Amino acid sequence: MTIRLNGEPVELEPGASVIDAVAHTGADGSARGVAVAVEGEVVPRGEWERTELREGQSVEVVGAIQGG
Amino acid sequence: MERATSERMGARAGSRGEGFELGGRTWRSRLIVGSGGFRSLEQMEAALTASETEIVTVALRRVDPAARGSVLELVDRLGLFALPNTAGCYTARDAIRTAQLAREAFETDWLKLEVIGDDRTLLPDAVELVAAAETLVADGFTVLPYTNDDPILARRLEDIGCTAVMPLGSPIGSGMGIRNPYNIEIITSRAGVPVILDAGIGTASDAALAMELGCDGVLLASSVSRAQDPVSMARAMRAGVEAGLEARRAGRIPRRRHAEASTPDAGVPDLG
Repeated sequence: MTIRLNGEPVELEPGASVIDAVAHTGADGSARGVAVAVEGEVVPRGEWERTELREGQSVEVVGAIQGG
Repeated sequence: MERATSERMGARAGSRGEGFELGGRTWRSRLIVGSGGFRSLEQMEAALTASETEIVTVALRRVDPAARGSVLELVDRLGLFALPNTAGCYTARDAIRTAQLAREAFETDWLKLEVIGDDRTLLPDAVELVAAAETLVADGFTVLPYTNDDPILARRLEDIGCTAVMPLGSPIGSGMGIRNPYNIEIITSRAGVPVILDAGIGTASDAALAMELGCDGVLLASSVSRAQDPVSMARAMRAGVEAGLEARRAGRIPRRRHAEASTPDAGVPDLG
């Protein structure tokens, strides 16, 4: 299954969930400061594990950087 | 003499000792520091400590696995409050989505709302800003909008329910100071919410002027993070904010076109 993860095509196992996508970015998903949007909609941390991804979906995984 | 001394001390306690109310919380520092532009996390830590700030802005971007260290860990370790911003958003829609991500990531509904019009001026887009603020306030966010030095727009943002208004002194990162002090003073004289001068500060006298104009606080980033010596500049900004606040409270003398002697004319000796 191919999704777009932070703008890049990424191959994940069929049935992969949001938590797998987070792990793929190298982000520490257990730490505060990371958030996920699938197709532009925020997925709360508590739902990462049970939110399955589908072919072609766009997933953004964001974290804190210096700014402002 | 004794009385004068105690009055002076009272004035000092007034500027440093009492808290500053923002968003239902009391803060000791009126200086908010942006985390952008520092050359290293070590330098940021030293400057934040020297500034005595309690609120530090942070931004959200795609996770970069190669990034070294975490700004959020640093802010947490120093016991400071991380205020997420929506830097880089050009539309209300982008800003609202970024705000929702920030609330999830940082577990706070506080937000520095930035909706800019173009990447050359980084000036706020008033129409998109008001639209985003309306939606976010209704959604329970504590909205601190970066806005133009426009008294009418500031009032609109306050009417919507923003927690503060944050007019710019001049464009972000320009270091041009406060280009329209008259407008800033109109904003501070009419606002029912805290006014925080945001953007354009170049040096400590700009921060002092913001407070003399009646602002409740100052938000700055580049002027400290890109100074040759960020730690010294952080200390200078802290002192500037305190000096400006105390001068405002002290009540300055009116400006006059001609001199007014402070020494009496009576009793001048005739020296031939």
